[in-house]
Amino acid sequence: MPTGQQEECLDIFLQQMINGLTLGSVYAVVALGYTMVYGIIQLINFAHGEVVMIGAMVAFSVINALVGAHTGLPPLAIVMTGVLVAIPVCMAVGYTLERVAYRPLRSAPRLAPLITAIGLSIVLQNLAMIIWSRNPMPFPQIITVTPYHVTGNTDGATITNVQIAIIVASVLMMGGLLGLVYRTKLGIAMRATSQNQQIAGLMGIDINTVISLTFVIGAGLGAVAGVMVGTYYGIAQYQMGFLLGLKAFSAAVLGGIGNLAGAMLGGLLLGVIEALGAGYVGDLTNLCQIASWSDAIATRCASDPNLTLFGSNYQDVFAFLVLIAVLIFRPSGLLGERVGDRA
Amino acid sequence: MHALLDLKQNPRTAWIGLALIGVALVVLPFALAAVGTAWVRITNLAILFVLLSLGLNIVVGFAGLLDLGYIAFYAVGAYTYALLASPHFNLHLPFWIVLPIGAAVACFFGALLGAPTLKLRGDYLAIVTLGFGEIVRIFMNNLSQPVNITNGPQGITLIDPFRIGSFSFAERETIAGLDFTGPVKYYYFLIVVLLAVIVINLRLQNSRIGRAWEAIREDEIAARAMGINTRNMKLLAFAMGASFGGVSGGIFAATQGFISPESFVLVESIMVLSMVVLGGMGNIWGVILGAVLLSFVPEVLRYTVAPAQQALFGRLLIEPEVIRMLLFGLALVLMMLFRPAGILPSALRKRELESRK
Amino acid sequence: MMITRKLGLSLVAAALVTTYGCSKEEPKKAEAPKAPAEDVVVIKIGHAGPLTGGIAHLGKDDENGVHLAIDEATAKKLKIGGKTVKFEMMSEDDQADPKMGPTIAQKFVDAKVAGVVGHLNSGVTIPASAVYNQAGIPMISGSATNPKLTEQGFKVVFRTVGRDDQQGPAVAAYMANELKSKRVAIADDATAYGEGLANEVEKTLKAAGVQVIAREKTNDKATDFKAILTKIKGKNPDAIFYGGMDATGGPMLKQARELGMKTTFAFGDGACTSEMSKLAGPASEGMFCSQAGIPTQMASKAFTDAFAAKYGEVKQYAPFFYDAANILIAAMQKADSADPAKYLPAVAAISFDGATGHVEFDAKGDRKDAEMTIFQMKGGKVEPVAIIKAGKTTKIGGEAPAAAPMAPAAAPMAPAKDAPKK
Repeated sequence: MPTGQQEECLDIFLQQMINGLTLGSVYAVVALGYTMVYGIIQLINFAHGEVVMIGAMVAFSVINALVGAHTGLPPLAIVMTGVLVAIPVCMAVGYTLERVAYRPLRSAPRLAPLITAIGLSIVLQNLAMIIWSRNPMPFPQIITVTPYHVTGNTDGATITNVQIAIIVASVLMMGGLLGLVYRTKLGIAMRATSQNQQIAGLMGIDINTVISLTFVIGAGLGAVAGVMVGTYYGIAQYQMGFLLGLKAFSAAVLGGIGNLAGAMLGGLLLGVIEALGAGYVGDLTNLCQIASWSDAIATRCASDPNLTLFGSNYQDVFAFLVLIAVLIFRPSGLLGERVGDRA
Repeated sequence: MHALLDLKQNPRTAWIGLALIGVALVVLPFALAAVGTAWVRITNLAILFVLLSLGLNIVVGFAGLLDLGYIAFYAVGAYTYALLASPHFNLHLPFWIVLPIGAAVACFFGALLGAPTLKLRGDYLAIVTLGFGEIVRIFMNNLSQPVNITNGPQGITLIDPFRIGSFSFAERETIAGLDFTGPVKYYYFLIVVLLAVIVINLRLQNSRIGRAWEAIREDEIAARAMGINTRNMKLLAFAMGASFGGVSGGIFAATQGFISPESFVLVESIMVLSMVVLGGMGNIWGVILGAVLLSFVPEVLRYTVAPAQQALFGRLLIEPEVIRMLLFGLALVLMMLFRPAGILPSALRKRELESRK
Repeated sequence: MMITRKLGLSLVAAALVTTYGCSKEEPKKAEAPKAPAEDVVVIKIGHAGPLTGGIAHLGKDDENGVHLAIDEATAKKLKIGGKTVKFEMMSEDDQADPKMGPTIAQKFVDAKVAGVVGHLNSGVTIPASAVYNQAGIPMISGSATNPKLTEQGFKVVFRTVGRDDQQGPAVAAYMANELKSKRVAIADDATAYGEGLANEVEKTLKAAGVQVIAREKTNDKATDFKAILTKIKGKNPDAIFYGGMDATGGPMLKQARELGMKTTFAFGDGACTSEMSKLAGPASEGMFCSQAGIPTQMASKAFTDAFAAKYGEVKQYAPFFYDAANILIAAMQKADSADPAKYLPAVAAISFDGATGHVEFDAKGDRKDAEMTIFQMKGGKVEPVAIIKAGKTTKIGGEAPAAAPMAPAAAPMAPAKDAPKK
């Protein structure tokens, strides 16, 4: 049944693409936070991943409390309440971070704010652990996940309502942000600040407020991203921010850091690369298939047909390799302008 | 401390100071063993962290290249030792051969990381090194398939202790009426290595190479204009820092007797970085102080914070481990904000960090 | 530098003599307050495990088990060497950190404990065991399942819990024989525990002629499993085994169901908790999982009652640590000595009926014929469905055989519904 098998392969491929795009949308929204801050003051806000985590934790606490109180609210309203509480909390965290830890170091050597950022990341993670404990917080079962079939095959690729919501939400946020930056006065002020702080200041722009607002908006996006990722996987815990942040940062660099559309593109690409990498690299490097000419390998394959060189165990490596490759071969990213200057 | 030990300006006080420190270092393990041999082990771990901090200090402090994956070299050194001196491959090479090999392999990895990242600026470099550290760990965790090299997450057991002929570092012996336990012997070995590393560092700092690193840290373009081969100098910094990490890793593997990838996680890299930053980037004595302080913090917390909380609240509200991590984080933040040059700042570093404010 | 050292040497010699004097006195000082009455002798037993950190609740659970055993033994006013014994527990926190293992072990050696019950994690127990071995102090772990622990040839190392290569085959046998799986996919979390268990499952399944069609890995901090699940789905397995903890196993199960996979899932003991039903929701219903030893619900009634009265519900390994402590005490009684060198042979030769059934050690220090239990998620709770011992499966049905405390576990003692609620 060659056609049936082909169809099945196509289904698997489609499913991996859907997985990758959903994951990528989450990366993209987190990456927006990095890229906005970087765009305006050339600082890697290492603690952004933790802001995302705090967003998820706050929202989950609110959602769990509402579900526990049996308010009778519809699930969507409960989730939205969670998001609406999480956004201001994250904004406050973002504002505090900028005010306390980054602003005093704005003119210090580059190493200083980076080290502070790492320190803050550790502090936030441990504070979250004290507040919410180490145990993963489950997302209450209030949303029924409905899979929709993408192809005619009833056992084939599906996309769930949650996945659709995540992709749509991220596109909306992206659009809103682009509108903000290119259509509003604040956006003009932001772009001016990123070009030249001093001149922008001379033109009557309150640099400090603009930079604070950038952090606050980035943190607000982070809160939404936190809820998205938490709802998608049904779990939130104090360590979730770090790796997510790192990968989102890789996505921002891939797309061209400082470039909003680049963050979106980079996020989606990275998500797809990870999904396809975990899904296919294992089979592509299966020694039993690519090196069956060797007798020694053939004998081992008889007992162990899954003799792969690089399998899904290297899933996290793919993101880092992409990051390193981009930085070496095209440091400005796919859509970015020239950023490389002296160390 | 610096002035006290300045042999040129004040030879007499300097010699007396050195003699006192020497005596203290020789007597220390026995004094600690009197309280409990466990303290000697804790001290040994602290010395290992001092070694690591001094290695990282070359990269971060001298050359100004922020390396967030430093623990990878420690891991490379540890695995080199474990693979060449354990039943895993049935190789039992003596340590004086394996340790240099470990240093060389780590050195190679240092250059391997350095080469492609030369052109990157500070913050990108930090992220790439972080990724590199994770990649090394993930590979060690997974290189049990298709050919078993590292034994994966199961780790490597029964690693040989240091041995010279029939003299084993792991066994307890009584020499001249003194009780030499395994940890005490390792202590003396570590002290010798530490002294060697300090001497190398001091000599490096005031050498042509050290000044070249300093110049690169201050202004790379200017350094290049002055005729410094910045590429080679940066590579050298990575390679030297890495080789110190490699030696420490080898000693770690031998003292533990068992290693697995879970000992080489990112947090360890950040811990070493905190030690360097706390003490003062670029200042050897500051870095040593920072490493010693942060190494003993968990022990001190265990005996103070936990009982204090028990007494005050009747239960443990915040675990010592969490407080330790909070301290690491806060050390990084507060030091950068209020004392960017560290507890004991290096003179040059101080000038640099304060003038730009 | 040279001169310094020479100069120092003479001073050092003097200093050394004084310090050495101190170190000799120290043990005497420590022992002095231990004898309030003349014929009462204090025997210290060490317990080590993570008392802070991510799995502190499990470490505390084990500590409670040891504490209970020691209190009971002291209350019995046992006589060893003609003197009434008061047992004392010295509990240390190893933070589940491998580099703390030898340090904690050294603390016990310094304190001259008679024996050690612990540690919890294999990764910590292995480096610590070398220190115990050198000091000749017997160590029994109630939870370190990594086979390597007892493969080091250390005479002082024992464990009351089954090895990964005993648990793995048990769950694999259940999958092959009872679930009649023909095509199985295996995944693990790339930790020593998860990978070790999954490897053993793979081996046994292959030996039983079951096809292992995929072998995937994720990691213990991952949240996205859809990529590997989709890949597995494409190979149409009729069962999936995952070696890992509940924090990853729960979300994995949930995501599999979201992808429309109806395959049976089986897990090891790390994911054999009621937490699974919270993390995976209704998706967890019907999953299988295994635990080393007999189910806590079936631990001897005497133990469960005493433990519940003092500390509440058993989390996971407390009965194994309770037995481990009792075995040390029983061996001391038998040898009539708390000197590790004298009672060590008695530990090796022990034949003991404890809370987890009958315990005997083989030459390596592993438990002979350790029982394994298979559980199934029913109504949000894991309920035992079968006990596997020496390759034989005993199903646990609705009928409850007469309760017989202290009886070997092969005969289940309490009906499952009497289980303490998690």
